[in-house]
Amino acid sequence: MNTKALLRIVGLAALLAASFPVLSAEEGGLESAGINIRDTASIQRGAKWFVNYCFSCHSASYMRYKRLSEDLGLDEDLVERNLVFADVKLGETMEIAMRPQDAEAWLKKTPPDLSLVARSRGADWLYTYMKTFYKDASGHWNNLMLPNAAMPHVMWQLQGIQVPVWSEHDNGHGGQEEVIDHLTLLTPGLQTPEEYENTVPDLVTFLDYLSEPAKVKRKNIGIWVMLFLVLFAGISYLLKAEYWRDVH
Amino acid sequence: MAKPASALAKRADELFNWFDKRLPVSAFWKATMTGYYAPKNFNFWYYMGSLALLVLVMQIVTGIFLTMNYKPSAAEAFASVEYIMRDVEWGWLIRYMHSTGASFFFILVYLHMFRSLLYGSHKKPRELLWVFGVLIYLTLMAEAFMGYVLPWGQMSYWGAQVIINLFGAIPSIGEPLTEWIRGDYFISDATLNRFFALHVIALPLVLLGLVLMHLVALRENGSNNPDGIEIKANKGEDGHPVDGIPFHPYYTVKDIFGVSMFLLIFAFILFFWPEAGGLFLEHDNFVPANPLVTPEHIKPVWYFTPYYAILKAVPDKLMGVILMGCSVMILFFLPWLDRSPVKSIRYRGMWYKILVFMFAIAFIRLGMLGMAAGTPAETIEMRIWTFVYFAFFILLFFLSPGGKTKPVPDRLTH
Amino acid sequence: MPTDGVNNGRRRFLVATTSVVGAVGVGFAAVPFIKSWEPSARAQAVGAPVQVYVGALEPNQLLKVQWRGQTIGILRRSEETLALLPENDSHLRDPDSLESDQPPFAENEWRALKEKYLVVNMHCTHLGCIPQLMPQVGPQPFDENWHGGFFCPCHKSRFDMAGRVYKGVPAPTNLRIPPYSYIEQETVLIGVNPEGAA
Repeated sequence: MNTKALLRIVGLAALLAASFPVLSAEEGGLESAGINIRDTASIQRGAKWFVNYCFSCHSASYMRYKRLSEDLGLDEDLVERNLVFADVKLGETMEIAMRPQDAEAWLKKTPPDLSLVARSRGADWLYTYMKTFYKDASGHWNNLMLPNAAMPHVMWQLQGIQVPVWSEHDNGHGGQEEVIDHLTLLTPGLQTPEEYENTVPDLVTFLDYLSEPAKVKRKNIGIWVMLFLVLFAGISYLLKAEYWRDVH
Repeated sequence: MAKPASALAKRADELFNWFDKRLPVSAFWKATMTGYYAPKNFNFWYYMGSLALLVLVMQIVTGIFLTMNYKPSAAEAFASVEYIMRDVEWGWLIRYMHSTGASFFFILVYLHMFRSLLYGSHKKPRELLWVFGVLIYLTLMAEAFMGYVLPWGQMSYWGAQVIINLFGAIPSIGEPLTEWIRGDYFISDATLNRFFALHVIALPLVLLGLVLMHLVALRENGSNNPDGIEIKANKGEDGHPVDGIPFHPYYTVKDIFGVSMFLLIFAFILFFWPEAGGLFLEHDNFVPANPLVTPEHIKPVWYFTPYYAILKAVPDKLMGVILMGCSVMILFFLPWLDRSPVKSIRYRGMWYKILVFMFAIAFIRLGMLGMAAGTPAETIEMRIWTFVYFAFFILLFFLSPGGKTKPVPDRLTH
Repeated sequence: MPTDGVNNGRRRFLVATTSVVGAVGVGFAAVPFIKSWEPSARAQAVGAPVQVYVGALEPNQLLKVQWRGQTIGILRRSEETLALLPENDSHLRDPDSLESDQPPFAENEWRALKEKYLVVNMHCTHLGCIPQLMPQVGPQPFDENWHGGFFCPCHKSRFDMAGRVYKGVPAPTNLRIPPYSYIEQETVLIGVNPEGAA
């Protein structure tokens, strides 16, 4: 590779590095969920949390019960008894009983289907979301990630009730404004903060699995494919080099 | 090769000859492979064409299999894509091959076009080769745009909304034109269904025809090379260029190696990073299309963002559309804007090296800015790089005839 | 280019090796595409086994259910019709079901796991119409010695109470028996054989 090409590449790399703030334009304040999609036990626990706390309002209509039993190594009977409500066959998809018109009437907004929420919002967002519910001044549930969310804190009995702690901030126009500095636990829940810290990642890991059940298989196959391609690249290079000995 | 002695080999020969008498098989093989001489100094930049052909074939094959399960209606499209990802055996792999392939198609095509700027491959007598290439590029952009609408996610819907509305900027015919494109008063099932037809069969046929013309035009004059010298000017006693080597076996084996290296990179992305951080599969597109909710941030897929930045740089809607259109169409004129007596960057003056470098930076930087929200500072920067983008072509036109060039050698160097 | 000093043996070896590895790669790459044609999870869910409670059936009563797009009949046979089954043999085209399609456990006289119930694919083996059940023993317009069975209205094929086809009718073989098993005394699971395979 000659100097010109090298200079070009270095220049490009420098420019790209300098603009990373633009590329990764995420809002600040996202906590890292730290989930491990290969932790089947975590996903199993997450499935339990999901079915008990989310599934009454949020469907997962692209996921079939049968797949849960296959992917998570759960007995079909276990899945039927603990995860399937009502008379629904194992091969069917995870729908909820609530009709859209009832949802509109009772909840103001139809709770969205959660099959793909981990792909549209991301695991870190979901993790932070489930940890930053608080009761605001009017006594309503609110959330730092989704201000004035229509969703209540379904897990408040586990986490407890948080309230905001305000502080004064420079509003950038020469004045002061009140912003939420952080949340503090007002009323403890059934779980200690440490226990809740373990509950949320399990739920998020399950949602991540829900959004792409084939993820682990994809990565495992990928390793084999890469190994094969390295072999093929090596052999094809030898073939190329052998013929190109003719060329001077 | 030793004379075939075995009965099987004789039968194989007879079978081959039966076909060869009825179709120009051996003549074609000789004309395009064993008797087609290419310069011996092809480097990294010369892999992209054959790789793009590979990706085209792959997109067609994976596309056909996707069509077997995809439903092109507004009601069913999104769900059918998830059906492919979850319920169809290996559907997720076929889908990722297609989405990753689309982005890699553009990576290869951009590198392929950049090669031309480096070595003057667009210059006489290859102007038409370049023009066919730009036509392929335009068709590819239309094909990719329509393909992205098909999953019917938020970005599919709103991206279509924004781009089709651009046509509304055209005076007097704008509104009727957008209604005609949509087939409805708003982006709807009618729009999706016709985009499906265009994406699946109409544009692929056009693409195949243009690629064929591109290859025929290439064959006519032979390939350019990094030194920008016409190897046919220097023929040996056997009538072949002294600096040329038959495409087969030398470039067949080299391209096979190129394919293996490409597949390594491609497979890595596909199996370990198919979303590419939201660049190849945008996060918002995992939300079903909702005409009532606009995403916070509508942006096209990465390969369109340089032009999107140029559009956003201009405060006036119509002028923005015109300038964006010009930024693509100006590519057609490159063979005539570039009036340098010398083809390759190796023998052009320093000014050209700076121009090409700045053009590349401008294109990349515009692409990044096209993805961004568009703060006032970013808008200023977009305008600067838009200026640089067009300045490349204008300065090229005025500076290329003169300027110091290094003496061009007779024989290939490296 | 020089043609002397070319190691042809090495070239042939490398071409062969690359071709073989490449062909293996293409083979592996083809597998997902071919397998994508197999019934999807949705098709499997829709085609899942069907559970039927048969305890409420009266003698000679027929219950029809859908399984994998086929109409499956569950018939509770009366003692009378069961007893008459062996007498039909000489009038049947395939009395021992040698040419017909049934799971191994149905290769007996009553073509079922239990005598009491016949679980049968109702589609006539001629051209697919659904025959009518005519369980009454006695003279019929088409047969004065009718021992009960099925009569197909489309082309007049006749089957006995074990679904076995009579001679001289268009249908070539006995009615097919689907895979099934008993998960309880009076509950049939259609689609799953007793060993577990479907």
